[in-house]
Amino acid sequence: MELFINQILSGIATGAIYACMALAVVMIYQAIDHLNFAQGEMAMFSTFISWQLMQWGFPYWGAFVLTLIFSFIGGIVIERVLFKPLAKAPILTNVAGFIALFAILNSSAGLIWDFTIKEYPTPFGSAPFLGSQLISTHQAGMIGVTVLLLIALYAFFRYTRVGLAMRAAASVPESARLVGINTSWMIALGWGMAAAIGSIAGMLIAPVVFLEPNMMVSILLYGFAAAVLGGLTSPFGAVIGGFLVGIIENLAGTYIPGVGNELKLPIALALIITVLVIKPAGLFGRPIVKRV
Amino acid sequence: MSAVQEAVTGAPAIEAVPKRAMTLGAGTSLIVLALLIVVPFFVKNFIIFQLTMLLVYGLAVLALNILTGGSGQFSLGQSAFYAVGAYTSAILMEHAGMNYALTLPIAGFVCFLFGFLFGQPALRLSGVYLALATFALATAMPQILKLGYFEYWTGGVQGLVVTKPDAPDIVQSALRWFHLKMSQDMWFYYFTLAITIAIYILSVNLLRSRSGRAFMAIRDNEIAASAMGVNVALYKTLAFGVSAAITGIAGGLGAIAVQFVAPDGYTITLAISLFLGMVVGGVGWLPGSIVGSAFIIFVPNIAEGISKGLSGAVFGVILFLVIFLVPHGARQVAMVAQHLLGRLKKR
Repeated sequence: MELFINQILSGIATGAIYACMALAVVMIYQAIDHLNFAQGEMAMFSTFISWQLMQWGFPYWGAFVLTLIFSFIGGIVIERVLFKPLAKAPILTNVAGFIALFAILNSSAGLIWDFTIKEYPTPFGSAPFLGSQLISTHQAGMIGVTVLLLIALYAFFRYTRVGLAMRAAASVPESARLVGINTSWMIALGWGMAAAIGSIAGMLIAPVVFLEPNMMVSILLYGFAAAVLGGLTSPFGAVIGGFLVGIIENLAGTYIPGVGNELKLPIALALIITVLVIKPAGLFGRPIVKRV
Repeated sequence: MSAVQEAVTGAPAIEAVPKRAMTLGAGTSLIVLALLIVVPFFVKNFIIFQLTMLLVYGLAVLALNILTGGSGQFSLGQSAFYAVGAYTSAILMEHAGMNYALTLPIAGFVCFLFGFLFGQPALRLSGVYLALATFALATAMPQILKLGYFEYWTGGVQGLVVTKPDAPDIVQSALRWFHLKMSQDMWFYYFTLAITIAIYILSVNLLRSRSGRAFMAIRDNEIAASAMGVNVALYKTLAFGVSAAITGIAGGLGAIAVQFVAPDGYTITLAISLFLGMVVGGVGWLPGSIVGSAFIIFVPNIAEGISKGLSGAVFGVILFLVIFLVPHGARQVAMVAQHLLGRLKKR
């Protein structure tokens, strides 16, 4: 029984990361109707930046905040320079663009910082949390930061003018434009925020999976699985999906024989395909209506 | 409201490619073919091996081209089909002791089934969702191959070693008359070339046939196609199956050429390379496949020679350049060249 609770708790902890990734994916999906395949690599790159800052002697939280700002600006720059001109292009062109970004970020991270695996510090320590053996302080910290982030995002979208404008631009771009919202910049803002959220996920998961250029590929896949499970049109669903995927991953790894720690990716694949086949809109998404 | 309208009036997944623009003229084809036959006599074995891989990847890119350029569906998961084909060939050769040439149709058939079955859930997905599902497949494939259940056959993380076939006795004795010897590499090159030509001709004919027209109708407008009586579900899965089958044969050939299969040879990087090859060669232009394939073989070699890990960055930058400058890839370049030549002739 203790093993079961333990697995659920650590599932929630990793689920927090998947929730962040899923949220980042959904934010861009909402804004431009495309899945950002480079989201994980963007997060990985940001994490390397924060690592580099710490190597230069910045304290953890200083590096954390600087990385957030860097990622935010980086996300906006990428949108302005590379993806704004592609807004009207066919889907294939956009997918190719994301793939290109994926390759560039992955390979330049390897060039700059080498492909060796690096240790990444945690600000929370790894002692048992509150004296219990169930989760470590870092895992508790992961959950805590994610929850704070979610509350902040909720408040942003619910109570600020910019948040409202972003929601309007995402759901009815034409009408939003008519009431004077600069929809084009709202998309850029969405990219910036998604990049920043992704970098938080990267910095939180790096102490667990260690820092290396390929660290986010599998996490991105789980992020996708979470987004699909929760519904690509629902940020709330994406977060719930993230926690669910984290729990499912841990339970399957523990209780299904043959699915060791190293072999969890097929679970994400199975999950994505199952959801897409049974309920393509996800748990909380709205179905896409097509008029013929 | 807007979402509904966009779904109907929005641009199709890829830009339409006219059917006639999909192939090369007879003269150009013959020149390319002659070059492919003659070149191996003048180069070293290692280059012959690279040329073999050029044809192998060319086949894989061609397969993706049929799927995307033909029926308008995406796949970032071609590496998975390639892996299944490679493993099928390797397992049949090493465990069942089967002749290498016989394993290829089996690899193709297994992949056809795999692709057809994977096409069933993919059927409900379009655009980004399909890209997502296939991306997941490609990412998960190396881990599936490592699974303990299959370790007896797949060799787990270590993979399998495949023996390279010698040229058959008839060929060797015939060559002895001319005091020539044929190396394993050279024999396998011509073997691959023959298969490539056969599949290329089949593919061109497929796209010209009733099925090919159905693919293209689905690509250009799915709703209109179904209204005209095209069985959309059948043809979409069929496109997946055919594409997977060709990729599987390419995988089998690739496994024999490099004499080795291992899970880490078939990661998402391979799928990305094949996708890149298609975009560079021009989506929907079959001869472009070989251009794209040359690109994904030689560019990394050059880039890795300069610095380890550089190839990804070079790939990405070139991909962006292609997207922004020549969105139709090599096809566009070829068209411009043809146009210029035409003007020169007139003078």
